[in-house]
Amino acid sequence: MKVQLTINGYKKEIEVKPDEYLLDTLRNSNYLSVKRGCDSSSCGVCTVLLDGKPIASCSYLSVKAEGHEITTAEGIQKEAAQISAYFGDEGADQCGFCNPALALTIYAMKRELSDPTDEEIRDYLVGNLCRCSGYVGQQRAIRAYLEDTL
Amino acid sequence: MKNVNRGLPSIDGKGLMMGKPAYTDDLAEPNSLIIKVLRSPHPFAKIKKIDTKIASEVNGVECVLTYKDFSRIPVTRAGQGYPEPSPHDKFVLDNYVRHIGDEVAIVAAVDLITAQKAIKLIEVEYEVLEPILDFEDAYNNKIIIHDEPEIHEMFPIGFEPKKNIAAAYDMHVGNVDETLKNCDVVLETSFYSQAQAHVMMEPHTANARIDCYGRLVIYSSTQTPYHVRRIISQALDYPLSKIRVIKPRVGGGFGGKQCIHGEFFVSAVTLRTGKPSKLVYTRKEVFESSFSRHPMRFDVKLGATKDGILKGIDVNVLSDTGAYGEHALTVFMVAGAKVLPLYNKVDSVRFGGKVVYTNHTPAGAFRGYGAIQGNYALESAIDMMCEKLVIDPITFREKNMIKEGETSPIFKIMGEGTEGIEMSVESCKLEYCVKRGRELINWKEKYPFVKGKSSKVRGVGMAIAMQGSGIPYIDMASAMIKLNDDGFYNLIIGATDIGQGSDTILAQIAAEVLETDLDKMIVYSSDTDLAPFDCGAYASSTTYVSGNAVVKAAKNMRKMLIKEGARSLGVKEEEIIFDGKLFQTEDEKKSITLSDLSNHLFYSEDQQQLVATNSYVGTKSPPPFMAGYVEVEVDTETGVVKVLDYIAVVDCGTTINPLLALGQVEGALAQGIGMTLYEEVLYNQRGGLISNNLMTYRIPTRKEITNMNVEFADSYEESGPYGAKSVGEIGIDTPPAAICNAIYNAVGVRIQSLPVTAENVLMGILKNKEKRNEKQ
Repeated sequence: MKVQLTINGYKKEIEVKPDEYLLDTLRNSNYLSVKRGCDSSSCGVCTVLLDGKPIASCSYLSVKAEGHEITTAEGIQKEAAQISAYFGDEGADQCGFCNPALALTIYAMKRELSDPTDEEIRDYLVGNLCRCSGYVGQQRAIRAYLEDTL
Repeated sequence: MKNVNRGLPSIDGKGLMMGKPAYTDDLAEPNSLIIKVLRSPHPFAKIKKIDTKIASEVNGVECVLTYKDFSRIPVTRAGQGYPEPSPHDKFVLDNYVRHIGDEVAIVAAVDLITAQKAIKLIEVEYEVLEPILDFEDAYNNKIIIHDEPEIHEMFPIGFEPKKNIAAAYDMHVGNVDETLKNCDVVLETSFYSQAQAHVMMEPHTANARIDCYGRLVIYSSTQTPYHVRRIISQALDYPLSKIRVIKPRVGGGFGGKQCIHGEFFVSAVTLRTGKPSKLVYTRKEVFESSFSRHPMRFDVKLGATKDGILKGIDVNVLSDTGAYGEHALTVFMVAGAKVLPLYNKVDSVRFGGKVVYTNHTPAGAFRGYGAIQGNYALESAIDMMCEKLVIDPITFREKNMIKEGETSPIFKIMGEGTEGIEMSVESCKLEYCVKRGRELINWKEKYPFVKGKSSKVRGVGMAIAMQGSGIPYIDMASAMIKLNDDGFYNLIIGATDIGQGSDTILAQIAAEVLETDLDKMIVYSSDTDLAPFDCGAYASSTTYVSGNAVVKAAKNMRKMLIKEGARSLGVKEEEIIFDGKLFQTEDEKKSITLSDLSNHLFYSEDQQQLVATNSYVGTKSPPPFMAGYVEVEVDTETGVVKVLDYIAVVDCGTTINPLLALGQVEGALAQGIGMTLYEEVLYNQRGGLISNNLMTYRIPTRKEITNMNVEFADSYEESGPYGAKSVGEIGIDTPPAAICNAIYNAVGVRIQSLPVTAENVLMGILKNKEKRNEKQ
């Protein structure tokens, strides 16, 4: 069956199976910034934005996304590059596997929360797991990014 | 521009955050066959009959492979120097399965659904065997897990499969029994540590294709591409010269990717079908069917004089390697070799024990590699000894621990599977680390505990640790530097960047020697066809071993450049001053830029390609050291423990990149805290892993890890590149002991089995209350 999606601002018609998850649809369509990490909506590396809100694409049926706007890291290249500079300055990027999804979630958080506290940042991003950084460097980087750009 | 000891962003960080396709699965052939593995539902069974006929006939299935399709060639999946100190006890597929999740058959099909369907149509008749599920029952059990005749050790490692022993080892210095007899105070106790899972964010992933030259090209998320090439060649009896292994960006490893995973299967399928194939492990497969940390039991005896001098250490270890013996001996030895030298003033030391097979998921390499387990036992026991002696644990450590310029007999006796190397610790700022950490945590005010709000008590604890920097005389690294026109370079290295940033720091080192900018040093790494050999990312070796190789290669390039500069200017080499951009004579009368010289070398005069190459193998393994201090808050009503702050003061020599070193320590601390407080490994009675997904196995989130303060000691290791030692593992070692010591200081409960759970802490608190009541 076919679904109509707007991906990163472009209207697309994509052939999907009825039981196909958005993660597979996106990766098969070459949106390779979206990663597979756990298959149980627990790790956050498959995060994409659905009408601006972060969702776990590994457990979201593609047919449900019919008519919605999907944003992947490919759609926020300028912001991702900008956020990465702050991560670089804090020694907060390592393997990078979770970073496109984290950048998307930070991008969504910035639009949703004005001037969040440390605790609010952690709450918003809690679903984005990272096994490399120990989180504290990320927190410093996100703090600095928000302070400079809000 | 100075390039080392400078905090620079990693060279791939921006591209990766922007989501550039760079990881193994991003680079699979779009039309790859999808591989699924049929896995054992039994912890131990013999395959009596296996029928793949129906599965093979499913439309879209390209091949179904079982043990019948492979020669019986035992190998080890451990990515280690050859011959490996791990037993060759694994076949690609076997007619026995030895843990739930072990491989039974593989299916390659046109898509995932077809592969999944075919897997279900394979008919297997098992003879279910009684398993060994408790590692304390394994030794000399009537059940023998590895009874196959072909398996063997490569050199003596104490391998006795008939007794379920994968490896065994014993050593002693002096006479411990005699020493302990003469001690004023003797402590005797035991500790257990669990099978922590790596949980790297990128699951194990591999793909294969035959290229236009007819060669097998494997992309793999691995820490050891050269070892992968060698092991695939052995296991599939396929010429080494026809295999190319490429390691793209890797989404975390932590030791978990220092073992072969799906590479066997993609290679076998692609060789058989001629078609590209790929395999991405599910998270459940990562948990059940790859590797974990070796669970261990430590029986510890310490003896000291009443004025606080440690005289003897006696440690006996039982380690559980699970169904196969990857890294069995070496992890076990590191539990002694990289812990015991911390207390080098003792009269006698004994260390020994066994690594046994069980029918659990195999254990393998994991950051810390035995040292974290050993550190937990010894550094907890030291605090218990201090309590008996009524001595402050910091004062005790300062009296008894290793100091700069000193040595330990352990260095010579214990290596990784073989004898070690005699050395003294030329750079050791442990005294500073301990002192500085005490200030930063405010020990004076906080030790041993401070009553908090309502039911909460805060306690502080600490531990010291050491690790190593590579495996001397065994593990080699090499580097190649190529000059391009316009005067920029390629740095081509075998070293394996798995996210720790080795491509960046090795480029920084090369740029420093050649006085160029980092963006003029273009890195290409970890491709067995194109890059020179490097053992891979393990044993905290890359900064020290690969870094030294890069220094040597870059110095060669510098010599070549000066020779060509002198020739071009018609002067002697001694007359040339080269600042990275310009060659000139001292009187500044003659000069040529590097850019012009390199263009001449390409196109106009004396044309030649300058390439410098060199390699390095360590002659010692200088240990990084650290002191870890933690403040915890224990809720005495619930037993819940929270880490409020973690202080780490680290001596890893002079950091090449302080920012990336910081990330290494912060990340390692979080993993250590996870192992201590959150990462419970649960099996059901049938030997099935209950904690086999990210909902049942909890790694710390950003809500649990909120405060850390990491500082680096001012240190310089003479034998290291620009004074550096390695830093990849040291950060993980202290949390188990430091946190357990802090919990004890807070509420008087000693946790001797990891992880710490709220239940265990609360039980301890209630027992203490009972005891107090009885006394009254």
